[in-house]
Amino acid sequence: MVDITPADAVPPAEVAEMELYHPHSWWTKYVFSQDAKVIAIQYSATATAIGLVALVLSWLMRLQLGFPGTFDFITPEAYYQFITMHGMIMVIYLLTALFLGGFGNYLIPLMVGARDMVFPYVNMLSYWIYLLAVLVLVSSFFAPGGPTGAGWTLYPPQAIMTGTPGGQDWGIMLMLISLILFIIGFTMGGLNYVVTVLQGRTRGMTLMRLPLTVWGIFTATVMALLAFPALFVACVMMLFDRALGTSFFMPAIVEMGEQLQHGGGSPILFQHLFWFFGHPEVYIVALPAFGIVSDLISTHARKNIFGYRMMVWAIVGIGALSFVVWAHHMYVSGMHPYFGFFFATTTLIIAVPTAIKVYNWVLTLWRGDIHLTIPMLFALAFIVTFVNGGLTGLFLGNVVVDVPLSDTMFVVAHFHMVMGVAPILVIFGAIYHWYPKVTGRMLNEAMGQFHFWVTFLGAYLIFFPMHYIGLMGVPRRYNELTDMTVMTESAQHLNSFISIMALMVGFAQMVFLFNLIWSIRHGREAGGNPWRATTLEWQTPQTPPAHGNFGKELPIVYRWAYDYSVPGAKEDFIPQNMPGSFGSSRGPA
Amino acid sequence: MAIALVLVLVVVGSVLFHFLSPWWWTPIASNWDYIDNTIIITFWITGVVFAAVVLFMAYCVFRFRHREGNQAAYKPEDKRLEWWLTIVTAIGVTAMLVPGLFVWNQFVNVPSDATEVEVVGQQWQWSFRLPGKDGKLGTSDTRNVSAENPLGVIASDPNGQDDVVVEAADLHLPVGKPVKMLLRSIDVLHDFYVPEFRAKMDMIPGSVTYFWFTPTKTGTFQVLCAELCGQGHPLMHGVVMVDTQEDYTAWLGEQQTFAQLSAPQQVGSAE
Repeated sequence: MVDITPADAVPPAEVAEMELYHPHSWWTKYVFSQDAKVIAIQYSATATAIGLVALVLSWLMRLQLGFPGTFDFITPEAYYQFITMHGMIMVIYLLTALFLGGFGNYLIPLMVGARDMVFPYVNMLSYWIYLLAVLVLVSSFFAPGGPTGAGWTLYPPQAIMTGTPGGQDWGIMLMLISLILFIIGFTMGGLNYVVTVLQGRTRGMTLMRLPLTVWGIFTATVMALLAFPALFVACVMMLFDRALGTSFFMPAIVEMGEQLQHGGGSPILFQHLFWFFGHPEVYIVALPAFGIVSDLISTHARKNIFGYRMMVWAIVGIGALSFVVWAHHMYVSGMHPYFGFFFATTTLIIAVPTAIKVYNWVLTLWRGDIHLTIPMLFALAFIVTFVNGGLTGLFLGNVVVDVPLSDTMFVVAHFHMVMGVAPILVIFGAIYHWYPKVTGRMLNEAMGQFHFWVTFLGAYLIFFPMHYIGLMGVPRRYNELTDMTVMTESAQHLNSFISIMALMVGFAQMVFLFNLIWSIRHGREAGGNPWRATTLEWQTPQTPPAHGNFGKELPIVYRWAYDYSVPGAKEDFIPQNMPGSFGSSRGPA
Repeated sequence: MAIALVLVLVVVGSVLFHFLSPWWWTPIASNWDYIDNTIIITFWITGVVFAAVVLFMAYCVFRFRHREGNQAAYKPEDKRLEWWLTIVTAIGVTAMLVPGLFVWNQFVNVPSDATEVEVVGQQWQWSFRLPGKDGKLGTSDTRNVSAENPLGVIASDPNGQDDVVVEAADLHLPVGKPVKMLLRSIDVLHDFYVPEFRAKMDMIPGSVTYFWFTPTKTGTFQVLCAELCGQGHPLMHGVVMVDTQEDYTAWLGEQQTFAQLSAPQQVGSAE
């Protein structure tokens, strides 16, 4: 049964107040700032800017696929450059950077009751190295030969050969250097997030009183710190293969009739290193989304998250399991086929804690007091798309079912639904939710409604039918889907429809960006706690919070993050820093 | 309110699309209808879960939407319900995994009477090699590849002399006989994929990978490359013709062996 602990148990202060570096000039306040909130906005703005590039690339790809032969400038080379840059930007430079660098920086110190990250200077460096990584990436668009067209997985040998755009030009090298920089920058930020959660919590904020947002970001960061080194060494080795002529990943090869000066390397070793990073990466993106959406649902349904402790253990369990499933991306890679038994089993086991999370989200809605605000709408849409994408993962994870579906459009539809659409819907919900705290004003409701409906329904109409094109046997990464016996004329019409939907969803994002800028000045005044939420970021003395977050005294935490609609309490929420016992409040210790 | 209706429509629309749309897999032409059956089982289980979760959400949104004076229930946990859901989920997952692993076991264990056929991929064409009268393929090495010896067959290996070499042309297979496809590449990763056979496997330079199947229908089937192999990837098509035994024997008689191809008087440009 539920542990019942006195709601006002407060451990004594163990950590002395930290000294903050206070900025002395405009430059140190807004540019080279050490304030996690400013760094968060810098991260978010940079990630959004580069994400826009990836969005435009997706339109170009869809124009080519939907209307083949219409757009002459989309050559096969250009198409492969577009898919590569689109994928890499979305996964690494947008989703990872925005969830951890953006939301992590803004929310961790505020939600745990800290004045800032524990290493503010390193935190600042983290952003500037990230920016450098983005600039190196962007520079490849202007380099001789253009960016790499190796696919976002960068599989050797083709990634560094002449048959691939950028393979023997600058493209692949700039990509690898950019990734190496990104990982260095991320590690600086990541260490900060982990230590801040472990050491920077305010009095009374036990681990089991943390909001699930913090649990999600914290676990994802620990995973990223363990997973990114695998990508780091893979990038360094491939850079050596390309620039110095080593053969880590290069066996004996005859390219267009000519023997290359390589031999003895293993292309499949790269795939193992890549996916040892790449699979946890899926959850590095998903776990912060899980955490954030839990808090959105709880706050806007005015009800405690159902099964908090199970939710925490599911996050940790998924994080741990995600390190032993990587080769499910390699069932048809030619690795030893007996690996299939092991990795199919671990992969399907991970479905159990994931399903528990879904049940607990919908059970939180049960007997709630559901306010259909924009963040809540996005949270509901997240559940739909995540359940859909998660269930198709049971096709691809089940080794033999993967054989016909692997490398087809089914895979493209699956991962876009589960780690593209679903987490981005959470990001949107989170922005509508926390924008009032960041700016002091609400985002415009009408534009928000338009943005929500077009994005949710449009994205579903893009990716749901796409599974069936894959089921027909149409491979992914083809710049032309014509000239194939499996591709029927009616399926080409479906493709055109998908492309039109993609353009419409893209347009809705422009409305959203306009809303973000417009509402800074014209949005409705929000006040300090417009959603009547319990967590500490809503209890700051100023909105937006000033440097140091909490004024003179740090808040003291007396209860868990989910005291909504406590029977007998005066209001339907009790902030975490509210002392005293109310009615039958009984959150976990 | 609109959202509750839309959630119901998402479920109804998805189910109707699944059953009514014309987009479905191509008719199968191999023994792997086990795989198709596993996919069908998975569609049913996942489809039911998807419908149940989304419809439950729709009900909650409709029934528990905010109205003046409402208050949410306060119930942090329900251990029994959580365990019950965990167990049901575990059963559902097992119902998909067990048949899957059972079929995978068949997929990776090649029957002893399967004939070996070698597929060699290179940017951006397919070549094939069949064992000659001795029933054995000779050894090969990428370092031996040259204009005269496009597949890198090792000439000193006697098993290789009678191998039938089909360079950049169609592969023929006899219907009803299991074949083990031995997959090689001399440059980058490729993937030999015939949608009608349901099977595919990557080809890795420096390694030999494999899969097996039994063609069950005669006809012409398109080979697609399913692993990104550079900018010619979408054009890397090939053809497999599944013949009756007589047609196959006739075709085989017209092919040249490695020994014939490498005889000095026959050296000449293939193009």
